[in-house]
Amino acid sequence: MEKYLDIVIFTVAGALFPLLTVVGTAIIRRRYPDPVKQGAYESGEIPFGDARVRFHISYYIFALAFLVFDVESIFLYPWAVVYLHLSRGLAFGEILVFVAILLAGWLYAWKKKVLTWM
Amino acid sequence: MNGMSLGYVLVRSVILIVLLMSAFAYFMVMERKVIGYFQLRWGPVRVGPWGLLQPLADALKMLAKEDAQPLAADGLVFHVAPALTLFVALAAFAVIPLGPALHIGGFLLPLSIANPSTGLLFVLAVASLGVYGISLGGWASQSKYALLGSLRASAQMVSYELALGMAVISAVVLGGSLSLPRLVAQQSLHTWAFIPDILGFVIFVICSVAETNRAPFDLAEAEGELVAGFHTEYSGFRFASFVMAEYINMFTLSALGALLFLGGWNGPFGLGPSVWWLLTKMALYLFLFIWIRVTFPRIRYDRLMQFGWKVLVPIGFLNLIWISVFVVGGGWR
Repeated sequence: MEKYLDIVIFTVAGALFPLLTVVGTAIIRRRYPDPVKQGAYESGEIPFGDARVRFHISYYIFALAFLVFDVESIFLYPWAVVYLHLSRGLAFGEILVFVAILLAGWLYAWKKKVLTWM
Repeated sequence: MNGMSLGYVLVRSVILIVLLMSAFAYFMVMERKVIGYFQLRWGPVRVGPWGLLQPLADALKMLAKEDAQPLAADGLVFHVAPALTLFVALAAFAVIPLGPALHIGGFLLPLSIANPSTGLLFVLAVASLGVYGISLGGWASQSKYALLGSLRASAQMVSYELALGMAVISAVVLGGSLSLPRLVAQQSLHTWAFIPDILGFVIFVICSVAETNRAPFDLAEAEGELVAGFHTEYSGFRFASFVMAEYINMFTLSALGALLFLGGWNGPFGLGPSVWWLLTKMALYLFLFIWIRVTFPRIRYDRLMQFGWKVLVPIGFLNLIWISVFVVGGGWR
């Protein structure tokens, strides 16, 4: 557990770095607020509406597909760690079955046009 | 843990952060120089001899710049996002070992902050959090360019993370461990992992370019169409945070590529292990990043997603099968 405590200390130091830099250099920074500057940048045009707009459904579908495959690939890590030490028929057969199922899911997603950007 | 060892970790943490920041600063100069020479121009030459003081000038400028913020922006999220991105990038580097522990006068100096047995898993888990900073920053800016940039970045990063994971798993199969020093030790026993696992290495390189949103996969900040993508509305130090995070992620991924596939700190041709080997490999890997950036034009967004899902993911699966055949066939002993 001690090792993870070291990581925590490092990450706290890492979090303090941007914080202290922003706060510490506030003296040399000027602020000149201006309505045009504080608007959204839309290539110099006067911005219309806000950015809470509807966006493409494809992003959502890709996120779903990612979730499925990422969770499945998590199962591969324990297998990968012990494979070298087992390294005989059974473990190999298991991975064939597992990857076959993954590929079947992947083909299904392709057939359903999930992987096609529309 | 007593105060003594706490102070020891703290000192090492500060040293590593300073090292990473200076590496970032000088890698920027190197990148601009290299791109300059590729395009038959000089790159930075004005500040200091041969442009070597350029990062100091840039840092000073970034810190002194006005911290502009759109009125419509979500204040809290807008401020937290760049800090989160930088924080995550730094945290991922905590478990990267830069070499075997050094003995200096009977005093043991480990070259990583920590060395947990699941180091590799920790790097992947933390590095994948980086997408939060980018997507939140783009959303909170209340700007259409920023929103589109962050959406693109999130979709791209999760897509390529999958293939990246497959490449990493193939290296884990060959190393039989999730501990980075043990993966390196395994490669010193046999041969470097990229020799049987060349496909995995190529996938890893492509995905590391895509994961760090670098050209030709920099669709998230495609300046021709999205101005600057997710950091359109950021300026000053907050903008610099995003850039720093991008470069530190590049360091992490280049270190990971060298450790997993290129033998880590083992020397080539049976030469002994040294920190310098790893740093050399990282430098070559980073040079490759720049080389790819100057060589390839940016690819179209639908092609990017199709390439990730229809080419890299299945090749990653099949490569896994090939590696397991290789191990079963006794190729590793």
